[in-house]
Amino acid sequence: MREAYLDNSATTRCFPEVVELMNKIYLEEYGNPSSMHHKGVEAEKHITEAKKRLAQILKVNERNLIFTSCGTESDNIAIIGGALANMRRGRHLVTSMIEHPAVTESMRYLESQGFEVTYLPVDEYGIVSPDLVEEAVRDDTILVSIMHTNNEIGAVEPIREIAKRINAKNPSALFHVDAVQGFGKAQIYPKKWGVDLLSVSGHKIHAPKGTGFLYIADKIKVKNLIFGGGQQGGMRSGTENVAGIAAMGLAAQMLYQDFDKSMDRLYALRESFLDSLEDIPDLRVNGPKGKKCAPHIISLTVPGVRAEVLLHALEEKGVYVSAGSACASNKPHTSATLEAIRLPRAYLDNTIRISLSEMTTEEDMQQASEALHEVIPFLRKYTRH
Amino acid sequence: MKYQSFLIKYAEIGIKGKNRHIFEEALVRQIKHALKPCEGSFAVHRTYGRVFVECLSEYDYSEVTEALSRVFGISGICPIVETPVIPIEELRTAAANFMKEEYPSETSTFKVHARRLNKEYPLDSMKVNEELGEAVLEACPNLTVDVHKPEIMLHVEIREKIYIYSTIIPGPGGLPVGVGGKAMLLLSGGIDSPVAGYMIAKRGVKLDAVYFNAPPYTSERALQKVVDLASQVAAYTGPIWLHNINFTEIQLYIYEKCPHDELTIIMRRFMMRIAERLAKESECLGLITGESIGQVASQTLTALGVTNEVCTLPVFRPLIGFDKEEIVKVSKKIGTFETSILPYEDCCTIFVAKHPVTKPRLDVIKRHEKNLDEKIDEMVERAIATDEIMIVGSDGARIVKTRDGVLEV
Repeated sequence: MREAYLDNSATTRCFPEVVELMNKIYLEEYGNPSSMHHKGVEAEKHITEAKKRLAQILKVNERNLIFTSCGTESDNIAIIGGALANMRRGRHLVTSMIEHPAVTESMRYLESQGFEVTYLPVDEYGIVSPDLVEEAVRDDTILVSIMHTNNEIGAVEPIREIAKRINAKNPSALFHVDAVQGFGKAQIYPKKWGVDLLSVSGHKIHAPKGTGFLYIADKIKVKNLIFGGGQQGGMRSGTENVAGIAAMGLAAQMLYQDFDKSMDRLYALRESFLDSLEDIPDLRVNGPKGKKCAPHIISLTVPGVRAEVLLHALEEKGVYVSAGSACASNKPHTSATLEAIRLPRAYLDNTIRISLSEMTTEEDMQQASEALHEVIPFLRKYTRH
Repeated sequence: MKYQSFLIKYAEIGIKGKNRHIFEEALVRQIKHALKPCEGSFAVHRTYGRVFVECLSEYDYSEVTEALSRVFGISGICPIVETPVIPIEELRTAAANFMKEEYPSETSTFKVHARRLNKEYPLDSMKVNEELGEAVLEACPNLTVDVHKPEIMLHVEIREKIYIYSTIIPGPGGLPVGVGGKAMLLLSGGIDSPVAGYMIAKRGVKLDAVYFNAPPYTSERALQKVVDLASQVAAYTGPIWLHNINFTEIQLYIYEKCPHDELTIIMRRFMMRIAERLAKESECLGLITGESIGQVASQTLTALGVTNEVCTLPVFRPLIGFDKEEIVKVSKKIGTFETSILPYEDCCTIFVAKHPVTKPRLDVIKRHEKNLDEKIDEMVERAIATDEIMIVGSDGARIVKTRDGVLEV
């Protein structure tokens, strides 16, 4: 059966060129970048090259990037490390109600350590209001963390505007942006915008799992959380994942080539897919409309059909998606994002996420559309009483 | 201390009269099976109404005792020190050394319990008790004698060799698996059915199991959960043949044609029918379920009666009089609880009505089942044809029959 992998916000397939590069590094240029000999120099070059590529994309200086093991680690260093290094100026943080657990749970940890956190609501499309951010920032606010693109509904936050407002109200408050879903799908310029910390993950952009990086602006104080041999200027000890880092650099470079064209393509795929679903009654697309939404995330509520069942039914047709909120009979677990956009309670368990990538084709979307047309009427016939 | 062997005590097998050798042979077989994954080499033999596990090489004490404590039929495991038949002076030293090493410092009371089965030994057991008691008292100032309620019982058995032990690790009891024939367990992902399987297996019954799944309503992970549960039970019972039946079509058909409040009971009747078919094909002598009276609507006495009516094989319900807490306690003991509570939906819960019937009437149910006449027989056949079989052992599962055909047996 033909497979249509549409769970790219969970993870992506590596670009073949990326795997080829990693293969070469693993088998031939496998040195430790800290070694003095040729093998070490060779490995270090891969890191330098990756840094250069990523820095160019973000229009920042190479020295402002550190490599981590994933988006979650980047978020943790930024928020916990940022708070610890600046706690003498205050103990207040601001974030939104739709952040990824890597952010929310870091905030919860800080709360347990005596910090105070303000969680901002969002509108029905999942957008954080810059006004509310400005209102929430106080003299003792040390860090604000707002995501670039929401992972469940694709809402793209007004990061530039928020940065301005924070700066106007309290210039010493740090601004962290979780760009795990945004990087590779949007032009992001932290330095130009006034973002101090920016988290990115490798496996969402066709590089392997276990890779990520964090942008740290100049003159920003962040406390390191990992102790050891002092690699990466002491910010993140541990031998660098050379192949993973090189892979991330190459994958990013590939994604940002012909960037506008590929974004147009994704938006077109998204729109024609949504058009094709119009004849299915009572569907609901969550998140903002048009370009205010990320091109690659489609949050679809199908009233009367449990998301998990729909997911498995689509799976039987070769279509892989994810459930907007993992929910099981004896363990209700609802999505904070869907609740925050005030999706009616009854629909929380009826929402799937379809997510695209550079590799997604028109055939994939067609297959998904056909599968939905087949499966939804069938599943709606049999509902729980 | 390094024990050369383990003396295996079995309570119930001892009273099985002329069949005794069958039970003992089965026990030896099960012990050998349980020791297979353990590091080291062992010989298992029976002599004079005793089973011994002899350690022929270095071994890991806790690994071996844990493996043995999962073998049904064993009531106690005694790690022993052996000596040849030696004169009493030497035996005094051996006993004293044993106690010194086992109980080097704690203050405690003890008693010597000697048995002289080898009547050629010059001293009788009373005399041996006295001699050894004295020797231990001299060697261990921290120990005193208490003949009524001793904390430590020093056992000395004089046979073709002399065996010394003072520890008895409790075994699970019951009868060795296999002596009681085989039965088919209806295994779901819940807490009850693995416990039910364990309890019947404990009485010497070998298990086969059947699981009903309902894709897309149940997921691949729900199946994996059931395989994991079977694997945990298999640590006690030996490998389980697990049948995986696709039940979706039947379930949806019942949903379409029958009243919703009777859905569960009618569904269970079809599960029992299919389970019985599989049971008979694989020479199982009964069905096992995890039902307990009144736990849910389909387990009231009337509902159990209605479900039972479709079977000709006996249905064993070892948990019938258990409260949920008691079942949970066993499931924690045998290690299935943590897996059982993983939140994957199984096929009994997907269409469950808000108010299912608690007092179904057989005649009404039968009448409503008539609504299924048109297609149900072919659907049952198709469901049975979906049977995927895997052999699930404590170390993993391997598929022997896929939905499409036989791989290998």
